[in-house]
Amino acid sequence: MISLILRTATRFLITLLLLFSVFLLLRGHNDPGGGFVGGLVAAAAFALYTIAYDVAAARRALWFEPRTLIATGLLAAAGSGLTAFAAGRPFLTALWGTLQLADPVAVGTPLLFDAGVYLVVVGATLTIIFSLAET
Amino acid sequence: MGLLASVISGFALAILAPWVHRAAREATGLLLALLPLGLTAYFLGCAPGVAAGEPVRAAYTWVPTLGVAFSLRLDGLSLLFALLICGVGALILIYAGGYLAGHERLGRFYAYLLLFMASMLGVALADNVVTLFVFWELTSFSSYLLIGFDRERAAARAAALQALVVTAMGGVALLAGLLLLGQAGGSLELSELLARGSELAAHPLAVMALLLIFFGAFTKSAQVPFHFWLPNAMEAPTPVSAYLHAATMVKAGIYLLARLTPIFGESETWFLVVTAVGAVTMLTGAWLALRADDLKRILAYSTVSSLGTMTLLLGLGTPAAAQAVVVYLFAHALYKGALFLVAGIIDHETGARRVPDLGGLRRAMPLTAAAAGVAALSMAGVPPLAGFLSKELHYAAAWESPQAATVLAGASVLAGMLLFAAAGLAAYRPFFGEPRPTPRQPHDPPASLWLGPALLAGLGALFGLLPWLVDAAVLAPAVAAIRAEPATLHLALWHAWNPVLGLSLITLAGGLGFLATRNALQRWTSGLGTLESLAAQRWFERALKLVNGLARWQTRFLQSGYLRYYLITVISATVGLSGYAVWTRVPFSPPGSWLDALAYELAVAALILAAAWTVVRSTSRLGAIAALGVVGYGVAILYILFGAPDLAMTQFLVETLTVILFVLVFYHLPRFSVLTRTPARVRDAVVALALGGFVATLVLLATSAPGESTLTPYFLEQSLPAAHGRNVVNVILVDFRALDTLGEITVLSVAGIGVYALLKLRLAGGKSR
Repeated sequence: MISLILRTATRFLITLLLLFSVFLLLRGHNDPGGGFVGGLVAAAAFALYTIAYDVAAARRALWFEPRTLIATGLLAAAGSGLTAFAAGRPFLTALWGTLQLADPVAVGTPLLFDAGVYLVVVGATLTIIFSLAET
Repeated sequence: MGLLASVISGFALAILAPWVHRAAREATGLLLALLPLGLTAYFLGCAPGVAAGEPVRAAYTWVPTLGVAFSLRLDGLSLLFALLICGVGALILIYAGGYLAGHERLGRFYAYLLLFMASMLGVALADNVVTLFVFWELTSFSSYLLIGFDRERAAARAAALQALVVTAMGGVALLAGLLLLGQAGGSLELSELLARGSELAAHPLAVMALLLIFFGAFTKSAQVPFHFWLPNAMEAPTPVSAYLHAATMVKAGIYLLARLTPIFGESETWFLVVTAVGAVTMLTGAWLALRADDLKRILAYSTVSSLGTMTLLLGLGTPAAAQAVVVYLFAHALYKGALFLVAGIIDHETGARRVPDLGGLRRAMPLTAAAAGVAALSMAGVPPLAGFLSKELHYAAAWESPQAATVLAGASVLAGMLLFAAAGLAAYRPFFGEPRPTPRQPHDPPASLWLGPALLAGLGALFGLLPWLVDAAVLAPAVAAIRAEPATLHLALWHAWNPVLGLSLITLAGGLGFLATRNALQRWTSGLGTLESLAAQRWFERALKLVNGLARWQTRFLQSGYLRYYLITVISATVGLSGYAVWTRVPFSPPGSWLDALAYELAVAALILAAAWTVVRSTSRLGAIAALGVVGYGVAILYILFGAPDLAMTQFLVETLTVILFVLVFYHLPRFSVLTRTPARVRDAVVALALGGFVATLVLLATSAPGESTLTPYFLEQSLPAAHGRNVVNVILVDFRALDTLGEITVLSVAGIGVYALLKLRLAGGKSR
């Protein structure tokens, strides 16, 4: 079933949803949000796209193979833990630095870790949704 | 630093080897051999210090709380092994380049060989028992890869698996034994355990530890009744047989026994078990060697016999025996390595490997024949070669044994005769007599192939004539390490007219007799021989079949393939086990008041209950899913009411995505119909109510539990100062408990890929049908 209204709305919604998901990821350390929720929002955005158009279009819109996202996410999360070794600390010890923007912002390896969680959630959810939709 | 680099460099080069091969092609073997050559030079440089009684040691922390360290130590015994591993390793790498020239997976072969070399070096140098175990298992693993290198052949795969199963079984026992030993001695460092000496052997745990370690050492060193894997491992390419199954890996068990001699060498168990197993293995191997037809199997069985001899000598525990075992080890690596490489050349150049198919090759391949002749004379124990020195010491040690001297000396001489004949069989028969037609026209191989055996055989002759080159510098420190006391060693070809020389002469005569009558012997005992060689293997196969049968049975029992049975199993196990624990251990106090709930909280609860009832009673799938969504949203509302916005947000999204997934699955499902009968529905209701009731009880218990958690205030206080975050939930997820989260996203990944694999596999299957 092709719905012009849904399709048009989706084109705007997906942008907003993806922005929102990144927003959730970034604010997660201080306010409700985080990589997991952010990843779910992003996955929901592409799920919406899948419903409005079809799987092939959603795959094109995603650019990356979902399984690549899973692998990248796992690597990012594990890699953020490995950086601790460089500082001579145990695995997954957080390292922090300050980023001088308008206000000084604390940036640390947990952000990379959370980004890894985000990617794994997007990748795993979309792997399942795409596979189911293609059968 | 040098020690660490000597071990790590091999692993690093193993990773690079395929690329080196891609770039250097024919020169790869020579190029890669530079590393073991350099290491040989390094270890030789360490030799004077080690001989002066100053072992080199290097330790790196690993798991300090458990006493596990990555520690390496180079003493006399380790040095001898390290020199053999690197020296022979260099020749093998060069040889492999010629032997497998043009093989498509030669690069990978180099990688496996180097992986093995580094692992074996780790075994010889490890000071911590856990480090030792890790390297020990790595040798089993790389041996598996090497034996099964011709992966297209079922026999090679089976032999690789058999060797792996036997040695890994021993490896597990070894780990237990070493840890028990560490428990008894209060340290996991071998050097500290050895410093305790024989006092440790009196510890109540020591006997158990010793028996387990025996199991590990005997499986690795192919002692009866585990000897069968070694001849089967001859499926490996010949450089592997020469390196792993003659010169180095199979001696890991001998190394371990020698290493532990200062602790257990004087105990009664040690003498009885080690000497007996060694003697039986020595005779069995020698007998089977004479009966075999295949060149490599002859050599493999004779190696089994030699390993038995070394075990026997270690069991005696006398100073003379310690000297004998060190010299034997050294001489054996030289001549057996050379003979294996010669067998490989014959196989490579003629295409035949069975003794009856070979003859008169000395004219076609004179260089090979010369190397084979010298090495075989050394194996037969003929002066003036290194094998003669080791055999003299072996006989002397057996002759002077404090117990059972006559039996041991007799067995040793008998094994010596059989090995003499086996040496003749392997190196005389193929080269003398009438030339036979072979699949390929024989001629001497290229230099890369004959270099190894010629050098090894030549060294055997050199050290026989000039033993002072090695005896004080390399061999005596090894004896000192086995004896845990300073040792001197002076080897000489000629001592005097003594009983041992008489035994040597008897061996010579008897050996010639066995060689002359070998074919007749083989015929007479043809029924007997297969029986004894296969008995142990048959038991092994039977045990393997039993284990497989058991695995199949329990898989069929547990993996019914029906989701409902999985759910019933999981839920009853959870409720039963946890319920029992809660019932017996947690005092139940009813919650203080039921009525402090607010009206709108009760309304949400009622909504959830009504929706749950609808799910169960609905006759439409879409209706059930929608109702299920209401349940989930209701729970999410409760989260908001109780101040958990993170949870609520996640719950909302999960519910939404779940509905999408269900809709996608619906498409493939048949029409809704009632298939279950009433009893099954009652059973399902009971199971579901049990789980719900149990979880509800848990929640009530958790909320009414007396006492405050210490974790909550800790996380609340530390979140901002220690982790720069105000959202405690997220800080716990990505910082305080990041390892848990890492585990969870790994599970999520596996689940995603699992769904993908299942769906795609089904598709592929459907297409092929």
